[in-house]
Amino acid sequence: MRRIVILGGGTGGTLGANRLRKALDPDDYEIVVVDRDDRHVYQPGLLFVPFGLTTIDDIVRPRSEQLHRGIAFRSSGIDHVDLETETVHLGDGTTLGYDVLVVATGAALVPEETEGLTGPGWMERVFTFYTPEGAAALRTALDHFDGGRLVVNIVDLPIKCPVAPLEFTFLADWFFRERGRRDQVELTYVTPLDGAFTTPVAARTLAGLLGEKDVELVTEFNTGAVDGEGGRLHSYDGRDLPFDLAVVIPLHGGQPWVGRSLGLGDDLNFVPTDLHTLQSKARPNVFALGDATDVPASKAGSVAHFEGEVLAGNVQRYLAGQELDGSFDGHANCFIETGFGKALLCDFNYDTEPLPGHYPDRVGLPLLKESRLNHLGKLLFPFVYWHGLLPGRDLPGVHAPMPTRGKVVEETV
Amino acid sequence: MPTATYAGRDVVVTEDGFFADPEQWTEEMAPELARAEGIDALTEDHWRVVKFMRREYEEKGAGPTVRVLGKTSGVPIKQLYLLFPKGPAKVAAKIAGIPKPHGCI
Ligand SMILES: Cc1cc2nc3c(=O)[nH]c(=O)nc-3n(C[C@H](O)[C@H](O)[C@H](O)COP(=O)(O)OP(=O)(O)OC[C@H]3O[C@@H](n4cnc5c(N)ncnc54)[C@H](O)[C@@H]3O)c2cc1C
Repeated sequence: MRRIVILGGGTGGTLGANRLRKALDPDDYEIVVVDRDDRHVYQPGLLFVPFGLTTIDDIVRPRSEQLHRGIAFRSSGIDHVDLETETVHLGDGTTLGYDVLVVATGAALVPEETEGLTGPGWMERVFTFYTPEGAAALRTALDHFDGGRLVVNIVDLPIKCPVAPLEFTFLADWFFRERGRRDQVELTYVTPLDGAFTTPVAARTLAGLLGEKDVELVTEFNTGAVDGEGGRLHSYDGRDLPFDLAVVIPLHGGQPWVGRSLGLGDDLNFVPTDLHTLQSKARPNVFALGDATDVPASKAGSVAHFEGEVLAGNVQRYLAGQELDGSFDGHANCFIETGFGKALLCDFNYDTEPLPGHYPDRVGLPLLKESRLNHLGKLLFPFVYWHGLLPGRDLPGVHAPMPTRGKVVEETV
Repeated sequence: MPTATYAGRDVVVTEDGFFADPEQWTEEMAPELARAEGIDALTEDHWRVVKFMRREYEEKGAGPTVRVLGKTSGVPIKQLYLLFPKGPAKVAAKIAGIPKPHGCI
């Protein structure tokens, strides 16, 4: 009996475990998933909590119930992994040996790394919607916010779902308009990037939308400190930005246990991973997917889904002593909720930036363009997540390699 | 791609002025590159960062971001901004003749 240990029972760990369970004979392979708790949060839902469009209870389900029969679930923290002896040291003091290890512990928020962020004013005037507690607290704060300047600030990249802060801003515009308070609220989007987004074509479209919605865009702002009491963001280059309410996306890193595992992680505790095979660079029998890796793809559930296909295949190939498949192309797609029942869709990979056109082919959902159809797609997504993505199903028309047929490439930029 | 001349040698640069081929860089070019970025004289601290960038690039194939620079170079981020006010990672990468540190998506 050989054992595959999957660390993390979130999006990537769950779908990876389910795909492997379907592929591997239970008489020969044991699969164990470890997570610190039994609450699986549908994280894209966190965006909607502050606006009262959903609640935390609605977006949390038991992790164990998302795992197929024949997968063991261990609820425990992870202290560290010893790559030499191929052993996981759990938080409860017990150990777990492995033949193959899959790292899927995602990204950690590190608000403490920004001076003042968790100081006075944190969770009173300075919030984040990236945690369930933060999203719930922000709901109350938005309900009571009757005027002043609301800033949405990304401290630095990488972050999970890099479009979520923009979506939050669009929804805030919608929220205050619906309540007849929009003219009392000044909305400001503050980013360390030189535009609204990382890639030029999408940045232009999204900056246009911010403008239409009367949102001020502040670029190249590298937040060095947050003064919650005085209501100010300070940048490293000496700029000051006053606010009445701040919604901050804190710095992200890999998980601290990665840092405690000799030879596994990089300076930020992400796991250096082959871009195309998803094998870790540390050891051939260690693989990684999702937000935990250092691959230059979006930290998004859709990426974990596409990676799952390649990862499950490669773990099998590794076990059979075959050459790995290097076909993961960094494919991501995401709906960007823009408020008023509309959304925009982005589809891209390592080499192709988000472009206009249609997905998945010449006829399909409009890309980089607001539409009701895309909003319906976003509404359908929780269902697809729990019933398609997590069980590890291939979704019709949505595959790991990014489609190019429906995309419109500009002649010159 | 455009070319530029530093320390009397022609080098190939990208549209935004980063070295297309880091092999073409020599230490003698650094003061001129720095002046173009508004840094009149490279102090010992500047050099420490520039050399660190260069080493990181040679080891890992990419220059570090400001955050990693702050964690690993021994120079805290605040001081990095005093040394390179226009953005430590970008400006130091330019002076060190390595590619622009890529933002993540
Ligand atoms: C506000 C928000 C909106 C988002 N919107 C979208 C969207 O619209 N579309 C999209 O595709 N993606 C979206 N995402 C991103 C998406 O949720 C993540 O990319 C995805 O969940 C990553 O999966 P993962 O398995 O890598 O990590 P996770 O799902 O975060 O799972 C990691 C697991 O590891 C466990 N773990 C970590 N450390 C330890 C430890 N030491 N011991 C034990 N267990 C541990 C955690 O408990 C967790 O369950 C959003 C994220 C946020 C925060």
